Amino acid sequence: MTRRRVVVTGLGATTPIGGDVTTSWSALLAGTSGVRSLNEEWAQTIPVHFAAQVAVEPSQQMERVELRRLDRSEQFALIASREAWKDAGSPEIDKERLGVVIASGIGGVTTLLDQYDILREKGSRLVSPHTVPMLMPNGPAANVGLELQARAGVHTPVSACASGAEAIGYALDMIRNDRADIVVSGGVEAAIHAMPMSGFAAMKALSTRNDEPARASRPYDLNRDGFVLGEGGGVLVLEEYEHALARGAKIYCEIAGQGLTSDGYHIAAPDPDGAGVQRALKFALRDAGLTTKDIVHLNAHATSTPAGDVAEANALRAALGSDADHVAVSATKSMTGHLLGGAGAIESVFIVKTLQDRLAPPTINIEDLDPAVTVDVVRDKPRTLPAGDIAALNDSFGFGGHNVVLVFKSI
Amino acid sequence: MALAQADVLAGLKEIVEEVAGIPAASIELDKNFTEDLEVDSLSMVEVVVAAEERFGVKIPDEAVTDLVTVGDAVNFIVNAAK
Repeated sequence: MTRRRVVVTGLGATTPIGGDVTTSWSALLAGTSGVRSLNEEWAQTIPVHFAAQVAVEPSQQMERVELRRLDRSEQFALIASREAWKDAGSPEIDKERLGVVIASGIGGVTTLLDQYDILREKGSRLVSPHTVPMLMPNGPAANVGLELQARAGVHTPVSACASGAEAIGYALDMIRNDRADIVVSGGVEAAIHAMPMSGFAAMKALSTRNDEPARASRPYDLNRDGFVLGEGGGVLVLEEYEHALARGAKIYCEIAGQGLTSDGYHIAAPDPDGAGVQRALKFALRDAGLTTKDIVHLNAHATSTPAGDVAEANALRAALGSDADHVAVSATKSMTGHLLGGAGAIESVFIVKTLQDRLAPPTINIEDLDPAVTVDVVRDKPRTLPAGDIAALNDSFGFGGHNVVLVFKSI
Repeated sequence: MALAQADVLAGLKEIVEEVAGIPAASIELDKNFTEDLEVDSLSMVEVVVAAEERFGVKIPDEAVTDLVTVGDAVNFIVNAAK
């Protein structure tokens, strides 16, 4: 039996640079930063006073009653999923053949912390009965599954900042394994709060460029000093190829493969040799039936941390060899900040748009390119990609040593 | 402190509108919380806690199951406040 092929038929997103895919993509090509100073009072009490909040607040996109029953991460999931489902043509499908895989790195952390404040200040009786469904990490997937009445399975892989990419890979498997014909997949995060930000700051993981927030996320720049926390989410509708053809769906591209490995090295630091990243990339290409020669673009993990960016670039150079010379590498976190569990998902949305428009988005804020970076970085302006059959990669890594590489190709 | 039935109904309408998004105009004494107003079990807990705060009464968990209609809740609160 030939393997079931999987294509992308719908996209949705809410990001720091736009409330939907079209707006986010235009802002990305224009090199717009979504990073701003935080107006919240608590921001001045922690070492980092800025973040990349969503461009359009959920309160402008949802009903009030819905908002109060949903954690912010769940709001992002529903907003992005509704856009993606509509973009896919709101397909008629047997609900037992419809799945949802939406990840989050931390889940409903702001709900947990807000309700803990209520518990301490007002007592147990006033803790919301919606607390648990709002804080559970599978909440975003569960709410989308409920809305779409998906019955083939609703799942939430958790692997820190690789979660969003892993969710899309899991969705790919669900369709390949004939568990479903359509899977709504992606990742979300809503963790801009004093506590998680203090935790990341204590690890020295966050940029402290408080006087220049929009210049703070600078992957590959010599003077990068950490990542910028972002929020939002991205959703892709994945669909079995014949199923999509039969209903006359608009097909963006094929999702052709995935590679997953783990480092076994350190709980937070990247393996400087990047062996796990290289293996994930090789597995992903093999899974897709492609070689390094076919790859023209890569949306990098590149979070703007001193150690991570170079370790990743070295691993990519080693895995791609001389073919790295024709791979246009974009670090879109320079504009969106780092969405943690949403990162691999919005970056996959951007890759699909990149293949559609044949334009690799820019990387902004590189003043002095770190000479240790030996990949071909797209700087400042978008770059046109070649005509013909092309393929692109997303790589995502998470604390814990998780490595995920996804392969998308033109169709 | 005695409460007037009309005041309790008006207060409950506001609470149910806030919690469940039901327009106050459609909330009447004979409406069933679950069937007519689609107030689910979790939202009912919110309604009860908000009503306790607002009217200064205690509504024990074992009493909540008997509050089928808006009128049941109004009567319970009026009696509890006597």
